[in-house]
Amino acid sequence: MKHILIPIVAIAGLGLTLVPALLVFSNQMEASLQKQLMALGMVLWFVAGPLWMRTRRG
Amino acid sequence: MLKRFTARLKSVQEYEREPIPASRLKSTRSFLGMYAGEHTAGTEFVIGPLFVAHGASAGDLIWGLLLGNLLAVLSWAFLCAPIAVKERITLYYKLEKICGKGLTTVYNLVNALMFCFLAGSMIAVAATAVGIPFDIPMPQLTDWMPGSVSWVLTVVAVGIVTTLVATLGYEQVSRFANIAAPWMILVFLAAALAVLPELGVNSAADFWPVAESKIWTGVPLEGQSKFTFWHILFFAWFCNMAMHIGMADMSIFRYARSWKAGFTSAAGMYVGHYIAWLASGILYAVFLQQNQNSLEFAPGPVAYYAVGITGAICVIIAGWTTANPTIYRAGLAVQAVIPKSQTWKVTIIVGLVTTTAACFPALVMKLLDFVALYGLILMPMGAIIFIDYHLFPRLKLTSERALATGKPINWAAAGTWGITLTACLGINQYFGVEIFFLGLPGWFIAVLLYIGLSYLIKPVPQLKPKLS
Repeated sequence: MKHILIPIVAIAGLGLTLVPALLVFSNQMEASLQKQLMALGMVLWFVAGPLWMRTRRG
Repeated sequence: MLKRFTARLKSVQEYEREPIPASRLKSTRSFLGMYAGEHTAGTEFVIGPLFVAHGASAGDLIWGLLLGNLLAVLSWAFLCAPIAVKERITLYYKLEKICGKGLTTVYNLVNALMFCFLAGSMIAVAATAVGIPFDIPMPQLTDWMPGSVSWVLTVVAVGIVTTLVATLGYEQVSRFANIAAPWMILVFLAAALAVLPELGVNSAADFWPVAESKIWTGVPLEGQSKFTFWHILFFAWFCNMAMHIGMADMSIFRYARSWKAGFTSAAGMYVGHYIAWLASGILYAVFLQQNQNSLEFAPGPVAYYAVGITGAICVIIAGWTTANPTIYRAGLAVQAVIPKSQTWKVTIIVGLVTTTAACFPALVMKLLDFVALYGLILMPMGAIIFIDYHLFPRLKLTSERALATGKPINWAAAGTWGITLTACLGINQYFGVEIFFLGLPGWFIAVLLYIGLSYLIKPVPQLKPKLS
């Protein structure tokens, strides 16, 4: 379960970094919400990213 | 806890004076992460905006960066990496064999000082983000000296943390860069995308007309020189000249399994020195539009405006991921002068010098000139290594002359270094050639001088057996 969850959380972190900006660019999201989502994405990436990389290294 | 930390520091083994064993070689992915992280860095938040300030036009920038970065990648792949994987020793030890201990000591001190200044500029960039919550006065384009006590305190805090990370060695630096790199790249992209509507770009079709009229207008800011296609091409090629043509990255690629790892530098060039430079230029254009061409020049607040707290933290991490390996490299340079010293102790001393330099905003404001100068000063030694390795055996000249003679200074190398830099200064002063272009004629001058001077000095028989 952990092996599935960690990559999902890490990729979600990266997704939350970029996708909201695309939505702001296409005028489908407010900039303030985008900034909050990006901050959440940052937390997710720095929590799950190192664990994901460690498991990939085996 | 302290004992464990000290034991960890003492265990850092970087193979400064011996070839890297096969068990310590690193995968290509490790270099991809290292280069993408190192070149998507604090400096990118400065260089992109400085292209805007220097009036680069959109077309010149797109094509100049494309070709200049290609030349940089080829320089890493064909000049630096092949020698690095054959020798598997640091640049400094190789220089010692060719140039002698005395000359290498001078080179190492100059090199270390340059690395300190470069790392210092990145610590300063990170400090502009760290200072946001404390509302410290930010530096301006015209500033050279520290503007306030709060600025100095912020820089010192950032410098201490950066130095502590660097003391843990390449392994830790590589791991940190690997984790941060993909996220940082996306933050650069996201920040640029998020602010494009403020410039009037609401679809892909809008981008080019806005890029030409509002971002890279071709008109320099007041007091700034004009950048052409050639400035951009040569800057992109030579901004890391010390690393590729100057061979400093021998110390990095000695860990590679194959010379082809040199091509991984493309990750740094086309992500960091292309996308990130374009993205930071866009952010700066928005800042200029909103602040009526204000002189304030602080990447932290600019990124914070675009994407909030994530932008500020990205500037801090971007500064760290470049400052860390740069301090580490400077540590290697100093350690080559004092071989028995411990890596971590040297790194701490280097970190202190770097932090002191970082207090001066001139390092950031004159970054383009400094980067060009830094590459130029170290370049002749790279030319010497290249010729010594590839051409001297064919010309029947003595390779690794200092090792063969046992003398502390190889005067052919010393003369090459000194005369090349003097010639470059002359070309600059008498022919008005800007510093960005001097690396190319300088390399050929160095090559010809080293061959010529080596012929002038009487060939020597091998006095000592070659080191394996």
